[in-house]
Amino acid sequence: MTEFYVFVTGPLAWIAFGFFILGGLYRLISMYAEARAKDVSSIAYMSWYYGLRSILVWMIPFKSMGWKSDPLMTVTTFIFHICFLLVAVFLGAHVVMWDTAFGISLPSLPSQFGDIVSFVALAGCAVFAYRRLALPHVKGVTRCQDWFALVLVALPFITGVLAYHQVGPVLLMTTLHVLSGELLIALIPFTRLSHALFVLFTRAYMGSEFGGVRHAHDW
Amino acid sequence: MSHIADRIISDVGLESGVAALTTEKIEKVVTRMLKGETGAKLRAYKETCMRCGLCSQGCHYYMSHDADPSYSPVNKATETMYELMDKKGKVSPQRIYEMAQMAYTECNLCKRCAHYCPIGIDTGYIMSQVRRICYLLDVVPQYIRDTAHSHASTMNQMWVKDDEWIDSLQWQEDEARDEFPDLRIPLDKEGADIYYSVIAPEPKFRTQLIYQAAAIMNAAGVDWTMPSHPGWDNSDMCMFVGDYENMGRLKRAHYESAQKLRVKRIVMGECGHAFRSVYDMGNRWLGHKAMPVPVIHAIDFYWELINEGKIKITHQYENPVTIQDPCNIIRGRGLMDKLRDVVHFLCKEVVEMTPNREHNYCCCAGGGVINCGPPFKNTRMTGNRVKAEQLKATGVHDVVIPCHNCHGGIEDIIGYYDLKMHGKFISDIIYELMEKPEV
Repeated sequence: MTEFYVFVTGPLAWIAFGFFILGGLYRLISMYAEARAKDVSSIAYMSWYYGLRSILVWMIPFKSMGWKSDPLMTVTTFIFHICFLLVAVFLGAHVVMWDTAFGISLPSLPSQFGDIVSFVALAGCAVFAYRRLALPHVKGVTRCQDWFALVLVALPFITGVLAYHQVGPVLLMTTLHVLSGELLIALIPFTRLSHALFVLFTRAYMGSEFGGVRHAHDW
Repeated sequence: MSHIADRIISDVGLESGVAALTTEKIEKVVTRMLKGETGAKLRAYKETCMRCGLCSQGCHYYMSHDADPSYSPVNKATETMYELMDKKGKVSPQRIYEMAQMAYTECNLCKRCAHYCPIGIDTGYIMSQVRRICYLLDVVPQYIRDTAHSHASTMNQMWVKDDEWIDSLQWQEDEARDEFPDLRIPLDKEGADIYYSVIAPEPKFRTQLIYQAAAIMNAAGVDWTMPSHPGWDNSDMCMFVGDYENMGRLKRAHYESAQKLRVKRIVMGECGHAFRSVYDMGNRWLGHKAMPVPVIHAIDFYWELINEGKIKITHQYENPVTIQDPCNIIRGRGLMDKLRDVVHFLCKEVVEMTPNREHNYCCCAGGGVINCGPPFKNTRMTGNRVKAEQLKATGVHDVVIPCHNCHGGIEDIIGYYDLKMHGKFISDIIYELMEKPEV
């Protein structure tokens, strides 16, 4: 078991990061190449100013019509993404790993706070699941891929919480936690989670069209 | 949740088109489109969409049908383009009928949903590409198909013959000279400041609008002209059909007829979709990033005339009015402030609809939906109950509507919901209020 844990936290971690970085680069570069080949009349209107303006405005909760229209979704989306990043980067155990693996020293969250943040992120996943199950306008368009992405994101949190609270065999839980985290990282470029890679571009493009061509707000 | 299959409407164009389809042909055309014309933009939209449903409330169809998910933008994209992409075009002819009805008649391409999508997905673009596929499959509602044919054959939307066009202008000039003895509608005047272009329904059945425009140009002392040759019609139903080849021909003819006359710029009448075709669609097809001849909308033009003191009115319009913000010139071209300046200059009291400006609800006629004709009139009427409620809440009787499509759509809604209101073009009001010479 320990050997497996060493494998998971060693070579497999590199493989996962490799998938994420190389896969992400491949997806971004091939998408850009395709855009250069076939969406020239759209790329022509890309604007740094309007693109960044749009990104910034949409990062303000309740600023846009979309964020105003569904407060539960808005609060959940913002809190979930913030918690996700906080846990992924600044959780005490992760900070130790950043240091041992890459020599990067980061400030870490107080362990109790990190625990709360993990539960909040899980609650966020629960809200997303609730929307997919209960709201007709979300349920009707939900496909397996959407559930897969949600499960992929929720698993590291579930296993992480179990490992931290020592529910079940600690080593097994920790191994499962690392595994699920690696699966998540590796599959970001190839699943619905690829929105993490592409959202800045789609948002900036819409902002550029609305600001530069249509002379109107896109929020 | 209803389903598009449960509300199929009989239409000759769709029926005969689908009857001639085979699954192989569908697959071939879809593949050709996805490989040849669409690219990373569409792919990124499909992949990045999280199916969160936030766009739903952006759509007047969804809101008017008591939140029926079938009408939400994400569902429309999922049931048409996303399905075609997932199945690589392997769908039945009947499914194409459903997709065509959805794309042509249940989306006005108004892009209001853009204000609701955190990711920045352009459902209007997606539905335009669905229409393009349907067009290439020859599955197009009969009425709008007929209009596009008129464009292709005569270079104008209404099959107005070349001599009839000149005849209509000279007739209006002749009529107007009773009221304004010095008035001219100058034809083919080289080097004029303004080239005035209209949509073909103006000479066809709203000829008084040309009369009014001439009266305003005359009173303001504008150096203007109208062309005697094809290119005078700025409208573009080919754009909405998905017939981009003819869209390109139309826009080229429009620009070139102005270039031939070496005019300084084009002023368009009070129409929205024509404006979209010069700044958003036709220009891209032709490869123009900027317009080869500057083009401005009538609102912009009136705003200039008012600010330069060239329009003089005897009094302000007495009755309270409300303002319709047409998608293609407000959300499409940011003319909301100028529109308000013009209306406040002309009218004593303005009662705003909510929401307004770029968050306006579409008239439900645009995007070529009204041009799909009588079979789909009820689609528009039941599909825009929210507009009726919005209009009714203002409590006024006059609506300023600076767009032909909005005029058609809103007059229909006013009738259907018995709102006892009436639409007015800006030129109707200017003409009514302007100082006229005593004859």
